[in-house]
Amino acid sequence: MANHKDIVYGLYNDEEELLKAVKVAGDKHIDIMDVYTPFPIHGLDPLLGLSESRLHIGGFVYGALGTLTAFLGMSWMLAKDWPVIFGGKPHWSVPAFIPITFELTVLFASIGMVVTFYIINGLGPGVVNPTIDLRITDDKFCIAFDTASTDKASAESFLRSTGAFEVNSKTI
Amino acid sequence: MSSYTSPIREPLVTGHKTYHQITEDLVSPTEKAPNGAWILGFLISVSLLAFGLFCIAWTIWHGIGTWNLNRTIGWGWDITNFVWWIGIGHAGTLISAILLLFRQKWRTGVNRAAEAMTIFAVLCAALFPGIHVGRAWVVFYFFPYPNTRGPLWPNFNSPLLWDLFAISTYFTVSLLFWYTGLVPDFATVRDRAKGLRRKIYNFLSFGWTGSAKHWQRWESISLVLAGIATPLVLSVHTIVSFDFATSVIPGWHTTIFPPYFVAGAIFSGFAMVLTLMIITRKILNLQDYITLAHIESMNKVILVTGTIVGVAYLTELFIAWYSGYVYEQFAFFNRALGPYWWSYFGMMFCNVLSPQIFWWKKFRRNIALTFFISIVINIGMWFERFVIIATTLARDYLPSSWSYYTPTWVEIGIFTGTIGLFFTLYLLFTRVAPVVAIAEIKSILKSSGDQYTGPNAIHHHDHGHSHASHEDDHHAHEGVSHTEESSKVVNKPLMTVVKDDLKKLEGIGPKISETLNAAGIMSFEELMNTPTETLQSILDNASGNFGGNSPESWPEQAKLAFEGKWDELKDLQDRLDGGKY
Repeated sequence: MANHKDIVYGLYNDEEELLKAVKVAGDKHIDIMDVYTPFPIHGLDPLLGLSESRLHIGGFVYGALGTLTAFLGMSWMLAKDWPVIFGGKPHWSVPAFIPITFELTVLFASIGMVVTFYIINGLGPGVVNPTIDLRITDDKFCIAFDTASTDKASAESFLRSTGAFEVNSKTI
Repeated sequence: MSSYTSPIREPLVTGHKTYHQITEDLVSPTEKAPNGAWILGFLISVSLLAFGLFCIAWTIWHGIGTWNLNRTIGWGWDITNFVWWIGIGHAGTLISAILLLFRQKWRTGVNRAAEAMTIFAVLCAALFPGIHVGRAWVVFYFFPYPNTRGPLWPNFNSPLLWDLFAISTYFTVSLLFWYTGLVPDFATVRDRAKGLRRKIYNFLSFGWTGSAKHWQRWESISLVLAGIATPLVLSVHTIVSFDFATSVIPGWHTTIFPPYFVAGAIFSGFAMVLTLMIITRKILNLQDYITLAHIESMNKVILVTGTIVGVAYLTELFIAWYSGYVYEQFAFFNRALGPYWWSYFGMMFCNVLSPQIFWWKKFRRNIALTFFISIVINIGMWFERFVIIATTLARDYLPSSWSYYTPTWVEIGIFTGTIGLFFTLYLLFTRVAPVVAIAEIKSILKSSGDQYTGPNAIHHHDHGHSHASHEDDHHAHEGVSHTEESSKVVNKPLMTVVKDDLKKLEGIGPKISETLNAAGIMSFEELMNTPTETLQSILDNASGNFGGNSPESWPEQAKLAFEGKWDELKDLQDRLDGGKY
C-alpha cells in the first residue's frame, strides 16, 4: 500500500439500510470506493455494479489441465516410457486410468482456484491490510468513499442522510 | 431486499440473537482459558496419542510381526481402522458441499466442526496404509516421480494406488475448503484481539477485509468447490470399496460395494458428527446455534443411510444365495454363523436395528438417546469393516490354512492412538477457531433466526427496522456516541408498516392474503379490528373465486395471533373446519 488514501466512511446497523443507501448512491451517481460487511450480502453486487466473478472459468481451465496431466502422464508412463504387463491387460488400459484422472482434475481445479482467489484478492499469509473499523467484521456495515474521487462534504451528507449512525474519515 | 422466512421450518438460531451477540458467543470460547473438562479431555487424548506413537515406533522398529496378522489373514485391524476412519471423514464434506448445493440452511450450524472432523479423521486413516506396508520409510515409492528404478512407474491399474490419489486429493480439497471458510471468521477473531494474539490471527486471516468483491468471490469459490467436492466425496469411498471389489475373494468381489460403502461412510460420519456436536454444544454453550432442529435433521440422515446399509446387507445375503456360487454362499454363511458370528450380529444390531427408532420424532429429538445411538453406530460401523475384512479372510479356499485372528497390544495401541490423535486435534481446534461458522450463521439469521420465524418470532416491520431497539440498546451499552442522536432521527421510519404473515390463520391462503393486503389489511392487528362483513365484501369484490371461504373466524384467530397466543390459536384451528366454526 504505497499510496495512501483519504477516505470517508459511514457505518450502518443493518444490511437492508446499507442496500438502500447503495441504491441511492447508484441513482445519484455517487462513486462508492468499496463496501465492507461482516458476511456476504445478497443483492449487493448488481447495485455496486460488480460483474460476476470469473473464478469458476479459472476453475474449469485448471481442472482441464489436471485431466490432461493425469491422463497423458499415465498413458506416457505405462504405455510408452516403461511398459509393464499387469494382469495380462493392454499397456494402455484407459478404463483403469479414469479414477486417477478424475481425482487430479478435482485436485488441480481446487488448488488452482483457491490460489487464484487469494492472489487476485491480494490476500495471503502475512498480508496486513489497513483496518477501516474493527466493528466491520462483527456487526456493522460500511460504505467507504475515496475523497480523491468524491467530494468529502457530499459524501458525508450522503452517509448521514441514508442512515449511517457514524461517519468518520481516515487515511489508509 | 427482505429476507424470505419459511412459515413451516423451525428456527435454526434461537435466543433472539443480534449479529454482535453471535460474534460474542462464537468467538469467546477461543478467548477464555480452557475449563477443567477440556483440560482433562486433552490430557487423556494426548496420553492415548503418546502410547499410539510408541506402538507405531515399536511396529517400525520390530516389523509387522508385532501384529497378529498371519498368512491367511493379511488385513486385520490396520485396514479395518483405515476404512473406519475414512468413512467417518465423509460427513464433513457431505454437510458442507452437498448440503450447500441443496441449500440446506441447517448446515451452517455444524459444517465448520464437521469439516474439521473430516480433516482429522482422514489424517488418522492415512496413517494406517502408511505403516501397514511394513517399510514405512519407502512409502514414497507410491508416488510417480522420475526414479532410479528404471524409471519404473507405479501401477496405475491398481485400486490401491487409486486410493492413494483419492485420499490425498480428498484431504487437500477438504483442507482448502475448510480454511477458505475460516478466513473471514479468523478476521472477526483478529478484530477483537490485541497484541501478539492480533498478529497471529492477522496472519491466519490472510489480511481479510470484508470487501464486497472479496465476498462475491468467496461465495463463488465456495459454490464451485462444493460442486466439485460432491463427486469427490462419493468417489473416495467408491475407490476404497474397489480395494475389495476388484479382488477375487468371495464376499468381496461384489458390484454392490461402491454405493454400499458410500452410504455406510455417510452413516458413520454423521454418527461421529452427532457424538462430537452433542458434547461440543454442551461444553461451549452453543445450544442456540446447534439446536434440536439440527440434531433432528442429522438423525433423519442417520435413519436413511442406516436403512440403505441394512438393505445392502440383505442384498448381499440374497445375491450370495441366488448366485448359486458355493464359495460366495459359504463366505456369507461363515460371516453370520462362523467363528466371528458375534461381530456379524453386533454389526446388524448396531447399524440396522438401532437407528430404526429414529422413525419416531420423539426419539429424534431426544439428545441423550441420540448421543447413545451415535456411539452404538460408531461401534457398529467398526464391526462392519471387521466383518468384511477379517472374517472373510479367516476362511479362505483352503481349509488347512483357516485361521483365527485377535489383535496384539500393539495393534490396539495404534488404534487407540488414532482416537487420541483425533481428539487432540479436535480439542485444539475448539480453542483456536470458532467452532460454528460465524459469517454463515449471520447470513442466515434473518431467514432462520427465531425472532423472525417460528412461534417465538416478534412482529416484524417489513423494512428490517425490527431490531432497531436491540441495536440502540447495544450502542448505549458500548457508549457509542455523539452520532447516536442524529442516527435515531434518521433511523425512525416515518410510518411503521407492520406486515404479518396472514397465511398463518386457517382459511387464508396466499391468494386471500394478497387480496387482504391489497385492501390495506397487513397485520393481525388490522385484521382483528375489521368486521366480518367488511372482510366478506372485500372477498366478494376481489377478482377470483373465494366462494368457499368464510371469514367468520378470522378476526378471532387474528386476535390470538396478535397477542402471541399460539397454543390457543392452534387449539382453535384444530376445532375449525377450513376456517369455519
